[in-house]
Amino acid sequence: MATSLAPPRLLPSGDAAITVEFSRNIDDAANQRVLALDRALGEAPIEGVTETVPTYRSLLVHYDPVHIDFDHLGQKLMTLAQAPLPPAAKARRWRVPVAYGGENGIDLEDVAKALNTTPDEIVARHVGGDYRVAMIGFTPGWSYLSGLDKSLHMSRRQNPRVFTPIGTISIGGVQAGIQCLAGPSGWHLLGRTAVKTFQLHRRPVFLMEPGDRVTFYQVDDKMFAEQERAAEAGEIVAEVIAA
Amino acid sequence: MSKLVVSSIGPACSVQDRGRYGAQRYGLVPSGAMDQLALAAANTLLGNDPFAASVEIGPFTASFTARDGAVRVALAGAERSADIAGRAMAMNSSMTLAEGETLTLGFAKGGAFSYLAIEGGVDGEAMFGSRSVNQRAGLGSPYPRPLQAGDELSARRASGASEHRIELPARSGPIRVTWGPQDDEFSEEAKQLFIDSEWKISATSDRMGYRLEGPVITHLHGHNIVSDGTVRGSIQVPGNGAPIVLMPDRGTTGGYPKIATVISADFGRFAQISAGTTFRFQAVSMKEAQAEAKKFAELVRRLPDLLRGLDAFELNLDALQDANVAGSAVSAIDAATWQAEALAGNQ
Repeated sequence: MATSLAPPRLLPSGDAAITVEFSRNIDDAANQRVLALDRALGEAPIEGVTETVPTYRSLLVHYDPVHIDFDHLGQKLMTLAQAPLPPAAKARRWRVPVAYGGENGIDLEDVAKALNTTPDEIVARHVGGDYRVAMIGFTPGWSYLSGLDKSLHMSRRQNPRVFTPIGTISIGGVQAGIQCLAGPSGWHLLGRTAVKTFQLHRRPVFLMEPGDRVTFYQVDDKMFAEQERAAEAGEIVAEVIAA
Repeated sequence: MSKLVVSSIGPACSVQDRGRYGAQRYGLVPSGAMDQLALAAANTLLGNDPFAASVEIGPFTASFTARDGAVRVALAGAERSADIAGRAMAMNSSMTLAEGETLTLGFAKGGAFSYLAIEGGVDGEAMFGSRSVNQRAGLGSPYPRPLQAGDELSARRASGASEHRIELPARSGPIRVTWGPQDDEFSEEAKQLFIDSEWKISATSDRMGYRLEGPVITHLHGHNIVSDGTVRGSIQVPGNGAPIVLMPDRGTTGGYPKIATVISADFGRFAQISAGTTFRFQAVSMKEAQAEAKKFAELVRRLPDLLRGLDAFELNLDALQDANVAGSAVSAIDAATWQAEALAGNQ
C-alpha cells in the first residue's frame, strides 16, 4: 500500500550540508530509510548535491549552495524521504575471517568475565551474528555493523585506547565494528582480520558499501598470518556471496 | 624540470589543494587547504587553477631552494617575513627564484597558515582527485605526510612572466555560524553563552580540530548521541563542555552534539586564528550564510581581476608595511620619504 512515511527532520549542517534525520536512536527501520534515500539520490541525482554520507539514523547530504539553496533542496529531500520504501536492494554478503583472542583480541577474556561466560562462548555469539554495514565513518574503511547479539551489548571502555591495530574486530555498546587503519578506539577488542576494507592500490579501494551484509568465521593464527600476506599482496581475502 | 628543495621546515607543513571529495561515505575525509581563499590567491598570482596543489606552511619558519633551474612562486595567507637571496618578498605577490637561490620564510604573524604556490602547481599523483596530504590514510602526493627537510617538489621551469601582487578585500569581524544540527541538545541559555562569550583557540589544536577555551557549554541530555555525519566547521561539544571546531582532517562521523557550524565563507578566516588569540561567534540565518557562500565563490572567480603589476615601488611599500607589522625598528616615517627612498633604491 502506497502510504507515505513519517517525515524525517531536516537539520541544517552549515550552509553546504543537510542532515536528514529519521531517528535519534540506532534503529534498523531508520537505517533502511537512510539507505533507501541514499539509493534514490544515487539513481536520480539532484543538481547541486555533491556527495552523501549514510549513518545509522540519518543521511548527511553535502551540496553546493551556489547551485541549490537549503529550502529547495530540503523540499526535494522531504518528498523523496517520504516516498514508499522500494523493496530492499539485494545486499552482497561478505564472509570475514577473524583470529580471536590472544594478542589479536586482548579484551576477549575480560569481555567473557564481564558477561559471566567463557571466551569460546563470546566467539560463538560473535560468529553467530548476522550483521549489516550500517555506516562507514570516522576513519577510512571503519565499518559500523548493526546486528550484534543482544547478550554482547556492553558499554564502551572507560578509558579509550590511543592505539588499536589495523584490522581490529571489536564491539562497543550495541555495535560491532571492522576497523581498517590503526587508531584510537574505546571499544572492546575481540580479534583481528586480515581483510582490508580500505587499501589504496587495490581495486576496489573500498571493499564494503553501507547496506552490505557481513558474517564472521574463525581462523587460527597460522591462517591469519597467511591471509595477512595475501591481503598485503592485494588479495581481498574476504569471500563475497553475490546478491 | 626545475625543482624546489625543502631546505628547512617546521611541523604543520604539507601539500594541500581543494581537497578530496566523493569518498566521505567510506570514511575518507576531504582534507584540503585550511584557508581556501589564501590558496586561491597564491595560485591566481601564477596563473594556476585557483585550487591547484600548493605548500601549506604552518606557524614556523621554513626555507626552499631552487635547483636545476629557476622556479616562480607566490605567497599568500598568514603574514610573515619572506626574502629571496636578500630581496624582500611581499605577501600576496609572486617572485622568481633563480637557480640556487633560497626563499626564507619567517614565523607567521597575525595568522596560522601561509600558502606557497609554484608555477604550474605542485606536481604529483592525484588520488580521488586530490594531492592533499591525509597522513592517517597514507594519502597525498608527492609525499603522503607532512614535508621534511630534503624533500623535493618538481616544478615547471620559471616562465619569466611578469610578477604580480593581488589586492584581497580585508576580512574581519566575528566568525559567523548557523545553528545546528543539534542545537536542540542545548538550552537557550547555553546557546546565548556560546554567542556572548569571548573564545580562545587552544594550543592543542591541529588540522583535525581546533579546541576552544572559554566558558563550559552544558548539554540538556548528556553528551552522547548516536554518531552522525560531520562537516568542515561543525562545532561539537564533548562531555567536558569545551567546544571543538572540526577542521579539514576531521573524522567523517562523530558522536558528540554539534551546537553550530561555521559558515563556509568564514571558515578560512577562522582557520587563520592562531593559538591564544581571542574571537567571538555570531549566529546568522541560513539565507545570509548561503548569500555569503555565493559571494565567496564569486570572489574566487574574480581573483584574476584583483591582480596588479608588481613594480619595484609598490614592492618596497609592501615591504615597509610588512616590517611595521613585524614590530621591528622601522618607525612610522611619512609615506613621501619612504617613496623617495624606495625609488632611490631602485635606480
